[in-house]
Amino acid sequence: MIFPQKKSSGRLPLQGALQRLMSNRMAVGSAVFLVFMALLCFVLPLFPCIANPNLTDLDHIAAASSWRHWLGTDHLGRDMLARVLYGGRISLLVGMLATAVAVVLGVVYGMVSGYVGGRTDAVMMRIVDVLFALPFIVVVVVFSLSIEDPCRQMTDYVVKLTGWSRDAVAPVFGLVPIFLAIGALGWLTLARIVRTQTLVLREQEFVLAARSLGLSHVAILFRHIAPNLLGPVIVYTTLAVPGIILTESTLSFIGLGVKAPNSSWGTLIKEGADRMEVAPELLIYPAVFFCLTLLALNFLGDGLRDAFDPKSSRD
Amino acid sequence: MMRYIARRVGQGLLVLFVLESLTFFLVRALPGNPFLGERKLPEHVLSQLNSLYGLDAGLWEQFFRYWKAILLHGDFGPSLVREGVQVSEIIAQAFPVSLELGCLAMLLAVVVGIPAGMVAAYRCNTYTDILLMLSAVAGVCIPSFVLAPVLGITLGSHVPGLSVAGWDNSLCILLPAITLGLVNAAYVARLTRAGMVETLASDFVRTARAKGAGSRRILWVHALRSGLLPAVSYMGPAFAALITGSFVVESCFQVPGMGLHFVNATTDRDYFLIQGLVFCYGVLIVAANLVVDICQAWLNPRLRS
Repeated sequence: MIFPQKKSSGRLPLQGALQRLMSNRMAVGSAVFLVFMALLCFVLPLFPCIANPNLTDLDHIAAASSWRHWLGTDHLGRDMLARVLYGGRISLLVGMLATAVAVVLGVVYGMVSGYVGGRTDAVMMRIVDVLFALPFIVVVVVFSLSIEDPCRQMTDYVVKLTGWSRDAVAPVFGLVPIFLAIGALGWLTLARIVRTQTLVLREQEFVLAARSLGLSHVAILFRHIAPNLLGPVIVYTTLAVPGIILTESTLSFIGLGVKAPNSSWGTLIKEGADRMEVAPELLIYPAVFFCLTLLALNFLGDGLRDAFDPKSSRD
Repeated sequence: MMRYIARRVGQGLLVLFVLESLTFFLVRALPGNPFLGERKLPEHVLSQLNSLYGLDAGLWEQFFRYWKAILLHGDFGPSLVREGVQVSEIIAQAFPVSLELGCLAMLLAVVVGIPAGMVAAYRCNTYTDILLMLSAVAGVCIPSFVLAPVLGITLGSHVPGLSVAGWDNSLCILLPAITLGLVNAAYVARLTRAGMVETLASDFVRTARAKGAGSRRILWVHALRSGLLPAVSYMGPAFAALITGSFVVESCFQVPGMGLHFVNATTDRDYFLIQGLVFCYGVLIVAANLVVDICQAWLNPRLRS
């Protein structure tokens, strides 16, 4: 019991990892659940059975669940199911975009720092140290405040250029400050992980071989080193997504994140928490959706970590 | 060892200097100014205010004046939004509150998290382990802004003596401390389990077993030290973050701590207050990382070189 056994496999690492992942029921279940949740949030609202989340049904204010409103309505008569689904759409979207920003920044920065090495590496890592010591909330606020204006200008520009209605364009660009701000800080840990891996990789023979064949540094970095970083990057990314979604919701809860007319799970939870004594279900519905999604993401992340790194595996 | 510590302190001071300078320029790059209120101020009043606080000087001149005041007098300047109040006064008022709350939360995290992680590692792959780790994942996933109102309405309004909001009696600290502590306890438990499982599978533990040491002795004497490494490296920065306050928890429970100032100062563009808060946070983070490094060298002899 006290000695977890190590298992070794003779197959390709990626193939073995996939096989180990598939045998982890918790992780597979979570993946299925996440696909289901994504379908719910992104596809279901396209059908007419889901009401407009901003439409107020004045005949049914603060109603309990019924055939007309499956999860009831809030104090303004808005359909809760629609609000939760549209909120999930924004939360998941911002989470994915912010993660993408963080992954691109972190991988490139860490790779360059580790590959170049020497004094450049030392300076680049001290910069990461400094950014780590900045209070996260201050940076996010500063960042989102300072790119609000450029985003508004961008909206004006797009409206003028395409002739689309302002109401359709503004919500999309309203999300830009928030996911850029979160992504711009989320890359720090990943940069450290990637750098450590690159330091090991650059001493390997295949890099020497590529050098002696006359490949450029850029080609070596992206063709030979980047593919070898896939495992740790996938694992870290999956584990970072729940944190990033949580950050977005925390900011929205505070009132600094997603702005009206958009709403995310964070803003819904905030509205629910304010009216908790009168109507606890307004807090419960978004909170349950939110927590279940985070749980599934965490289980999937843990499963991936165990699959790619059998040393720390449970079995 | 002393040379190692001296070098790390030097690096820490450098990080602190760059951090504070970066913040100085960052907040001044923000659109808007501290005197934008509901009422638009006339131009001459605005320029009068700017010259009063020295904001009309060149950026570099302000920069050098700011550092001179800190280094020579320990003066962080006045708050620009709350008239006649010094930044140091605001921090001196709010920090003890957050410190007390953070210490209690950290204590809770350690007392709950480390034993839970150890038990889970010791009983690896049993139902105890699975149950403990499931609750740890749940703890990580339930955000403080859900936990705070739920705790408030379940415990706060039904248990006599517990208050849901405010900071006027000694029991007020309990609910916010539990909210902050549980999330951290969950992280600590996961990291402790991971570290212990890895250590328990390592060669020196096998040797100890081969020599006939009992499982209890192995767990407490041999494995605990290096098994705690991941949890310790998490707890340092987490402690620094805890004692500087959390906006969500402080606003949910109406606690007059530092967390509220971080957000309000930034949205108000209270330049000197932001700089003072970042300085305070930076000192704590740098110190926490230093303590973590020293602890790790003490826990893991292989790192002492």
